[in-house]
Amino acid sequence: MIPSSVYLDAATAAPLHPVARQALLAALDDGWADPDRLYTSARRARQLLDAAREAAAQTLGVRPDELSFTSSGTTAAHSAVLGGLRGRRRAGAVLVHSAIEHSAVLHAAQQHTAGGGTAVEVPVDRLGRLDLDAWSTAVTGSGVALAALIAASHEVGTVQPVEAAAAVCADAGVPLYVDAAQMVGRMPVPPGWSVLTASARKWGGPPGVGLLVVRKGTRWESPWPADERESGRTPGTVNLPAVVAAAASLRAAAADAAAEAARLTPLVDRIRSRVAAEVPDVEVVGDPERRLPHLVTFSCLYVDGEALLHALDRRGFAVSSGSSCTSSTLRPSHVLEAMGVLSHGNVRVSLHAGSTEADVERFLAELPGIVADLRAEAGVVGL
Amino acid sequence: MTAEPDEVLDCLGQRCPLPVIALARRLPALPVGAVLRVLADDPAAAVDIPAWCRMRDQEFLGTSGTAHHVRRRQ
Repeated sequence: MIPSSVYLDAATAAPLHPVARQALLAALDDGWADPDRLYTSARRARQLLDAAREAAAQTLGVRPDELSFTSSGTTAAHSAVLGGLRGRRRAGAVLVHSAIEHSAVLHAAQQHTAGGGTAVEVPVDRLGRLDLDAWSTAVTGSGVALAALIAASHEVGTVQPVEAAAAVCADAGVPLYVDAAQMVGRMPVPPGWSVLTASARKWGGPPGVGLLVVRKGTRWESPWPADERESGRTPGTVNLPAVVAAAASLRAAAADAAAEAARLTPLVDRIRSRVAAEVPDVEVVGDPERRLPHLVTFSCLYVDGEALLHALDRRGFAVSSGSSCTSSTLRPSHVLEAMGVLSHGNVRVSLHAGSTEADVERFLAELPGIVADLRAEAGVVGL
Repeated sequence: MTAEPDEVLDCLGQRCPLPVIALARRLPALPVGAVLRVLADDPAAAVDIPAWCRMRDQEFLGTSGTAHHVRRRQ
């Protein structure tokens, strides 16, 4: 019998929020025209786009003209990094970033260094918390154009000291870019940043919509070929129905965020404590206190991460992993590496609005047996 | 940091968790204080061998290139 499926990978993409579905269907009928044209249907599309921007900006507490829609969270992150560096190239060519940034930020950093720029990586401790002293030293160094800090780790859930990091940046006159992909729609983003990005599919919006916010007065210059759309910040026509759905679901998710956090935080606590107690030789990683409400990561000693993913999938559980065998590059997660925690046998569980206590209980009931079977197959019991 | 090892464990070409499993099998067979050199070129080994030492309370001496050194503490 195929077990019923339990989706536990909201940190990759949350299931579509009902409000997003509704808005998407309505906007497919009403918002297909090009908002930049001058006929009636185009003006209707323009109204929808303006309303979506207003709504998203209001939810984030920013001005509408500071917010642009991009074709993905990745594109938004690339734009934030490369545009922030370009806008401040007279100040220098140094990018400071934490060791646990999303790969989209690191790939943009690699492009920057390949073009002759410099990147300074700031370490984290074993719980995945930014080393603020090292951050301060790096940010106050000479020639720093931009600093990048993920608001909360997408892999281990540790919330970063954004306000303290922002204060250091403000003192040094360095703009701070915050990748808030896992935070937007779930908890308030701390203040003090100059550039922010997010990704709609993380809060239940459709895939293929990112947010790029550039605060007034920030030196930021588009790294892309010229294009007038989205205030010149992101080229190409936006996917308007998806943008409308993203904005509507963001508002809905943010309105429910406190209640959802209060519901999911104890479920994650339960996973953290039960996994540690009931699966032998497991390392539950990330900060147990200052963490995202919906995400938990652990590593099982002697277990192959890919085998664990497939075994969980056969039992109906969809999770992701930072183990090297599950990545296309065959490298372990740079986040787990930076923290110095076990990288093999790694599982990330992330909950969403549809996750129930029963789902979590079934996962917790089945996990110890699944891990024990894999260890027995590999002949590593008792090591 | 890279004391002459008492024994060398060749795990080159093996993917994690195999080098860590090999280490876990071999180290307890060596006398307390003995140093084991684990040769492993899987990038995950550089993360997972120190992590294993921490979890098993063994002494991780360091890594140079693909050579990871562990001393049996108990």
